[in-house]
Amino acid sequence: MTEDTTAPAVHEPGFATLAVHAGAQPDPTTGARATPIYQTTSFVFDDVDHAASLFGLQAFGNIYSRLGNPTNAVLEERVAALEGGTAALAVASGHAAQHLVFHTLLTPGDEFIASRKLYGGSINQFSHAFKSFGWNVKWADPDDISTFEAALTDKTKAIFVESIANPGGVVVDIAAISAIAKKAGVPLIVDNTLATPYLWQPIKDGADIVVHSATKFLGGHGNSLGGIIVDAGTFNWSATDRYPFLSAPRPEYQGMVLHETFGNFAFAIAVRALGLRDLGPALSPFNAFMLLTGIETLPLRMQRHSENALAVARYLAAHPKVEWVSYPGLENDRYHALAQKYLPKGAGAVFTFGLKGGYEAGVSLVSNVELFSHLANIGDTRSLIIHPASTTHRQLTDEAKVIAGAGPQVVRLSIGIEDVADIIGDLDQALAKV
Amino acid sequence: MNHDRYDDSYIRGILEEVRTIAIVGASANPTRPSYLVMKYLAERGYRVFPINPGQAGKEVVGLTFLGRLADVPEPIDMVDVFRAPEHLPAVWAEVETILPLPKVLWMQLGVRNDEVAAQAEAAGLKVVMDRCPKIEYGRLSGEIGWTGVNSRTLSSRRPKLLGQGVQRLSIASRKPPGAV
Repeated sequence: MTEDTTAPAVHEPGFATLAVHAGAQPDPTTGARATPIYQTTSFVFDDVDHAASLFGLQAFGNIYSRLGNPTNAVLEERVAALEGGTAALAVASGHAAQHLVFHTLLTPGDEFIASRKLYGGSINQFSHAFKSFGWNVKWADPDDISTFEAALTDKTKAIFVESIANPGGVVVDIAAISAIAKKAGVPLIVDNTLATPYLWQPIKDGADIVVHSATKFLGGHGNSLGGIIVDAGTFNWSATDRYPFLSAPRPEYQGMVLHETFGNFAFAIAVRALGLRDLGPALSPFNAFMLLTGIETLPLRMQRHSENALAVARYLAAHPKVEWVSYPGLENDRYHALAQKYLPKGAGAVFTFGLKGGYEAGVSLVSNVELFSHLANIGDTRSLIIHPASTTHRQLTDEAKVIAGAGPQVVRLSIGIEDVADIIGDLDQALAKV
Repeated sequence: MNHDRYDDSYIRGILEEVRTIAIVGASANPTRPSYLVMKYLAERGYRVFPINPGQAGKEVVGLTFLGRLADVPEPIDMVDVFRAPEHLPAVWAEVETILPLPKVLWMQLGVRNDEVAAQAEAAGLKVVMDRCPKIEYGRLSGEIGWTGVNSRTLSSRRPKLLGQGVQRLSIASRKPPGAV
């Protein structure tokens, strides 16, 4: 092979350019420049042979909006590009994304390892709903990487972690956990909802599959649910016979072998053709449009979210009624070193802090805020607040609340993109009443 | 020539230039990648000649299988190879006897043989390795984005429809006439 060193380097568009343009071309028939909302269930075939080609996965194209939709496809390609993956699939919610990923990887009796530090909804999904499918979760502690290795068995099919773990403040050492996954020959799945690819691209640190609740920072405006699955294209599904959706002839498609046929985007095809097609949690094209519009400003919003969150964390850390603040952007935080390694552009918008006044102080604070919204979501342009002990975790015993990071004194914030003086001013007046 | 990574303009240039493609290792089985590529390229307007000695004479989707490259009755622009890398020297031995010589030797996804690539380039052929022309056509036309695949291309120009249908796109230049 001869090396042509005179050829100019291939130009790669920057992140902000991809956030606006990736996946979106002018509409081929009308010239519409914004991505149209293709609010249709179905698409006409050119002819009978074309229909057969589409149903047989032989041609690229649109059949029915449960399998794919041109508006959703723009969202898919956009997020695949932003995460540095080969392909993606958009679905109805972050939970639907996780359901389809595990459906594609696991069969009844299989195990997967998950970080203990996850969004409470994911802990519920893994502990209960997945158990009834025969998919058994084994928990590990991201603060002690050796627990992942210890949880491996010959039934382990995947490892699942969040990059920045909800309720915020925990930064997970993705590269170290990826090394364990690679050694074990299982894919690493990373939920990148809190970081977004603007702050962190886990594929660069060894993630094989990235999932999102696009409802949060990707959409960013608190107006639409959605979930995304990104295929990194890095995992060799044919190295063993443990992933038959990818490596075995599929009876659903006349014996086609998806990994052999689709190469480094086979996982994205499998979750679509064997997961979304049969289980059905399709994303509305209208929601896809809203999420796409949100993504166009993702870099600007994440910068502002992170700057505001750091300023609010510093204010709270110096406040006499605050016992502690868990934000990795603070220099004395236990995760600050990991944040410097993985999150040089900012540590995100979601974090917790503890009030010296305990349960009553938490209730008083959420009752007295006027700019913050008291609700159970994160990743909105608006600043959000919740006191888990009196809301989402209210049914747990006091001991269980503490284990879940929802002790009586804990308050969770999702800092918005308002003027930071107004955000701090609102906390200041509410804390004065505590 | 760097074969670790190709510029889009190199691949687009090849796919726009060639009209006649011989597919070595083509399959008559509709679930095999070599069948899918053969059918897709034929539907995109290329003259496709499937080569497979075990299938010679068989007709599939309007294409007749031939036993060897020398049986193709007209000049071949591109030879697309669905054979494992160790079989490439034998394929090249056949290719280099064809007159006129093909312009392009293309090795499919997963197929790379740098020695054969060097020989083909020395003979004046363009070489592509470890790529699929169906994926590359779909990527450059914009079709592949319909499946959520990252095309790694950006364009503010309207994609061109191909033929009569609405679900086929062309890789032809999107710029207005006169633009370069």
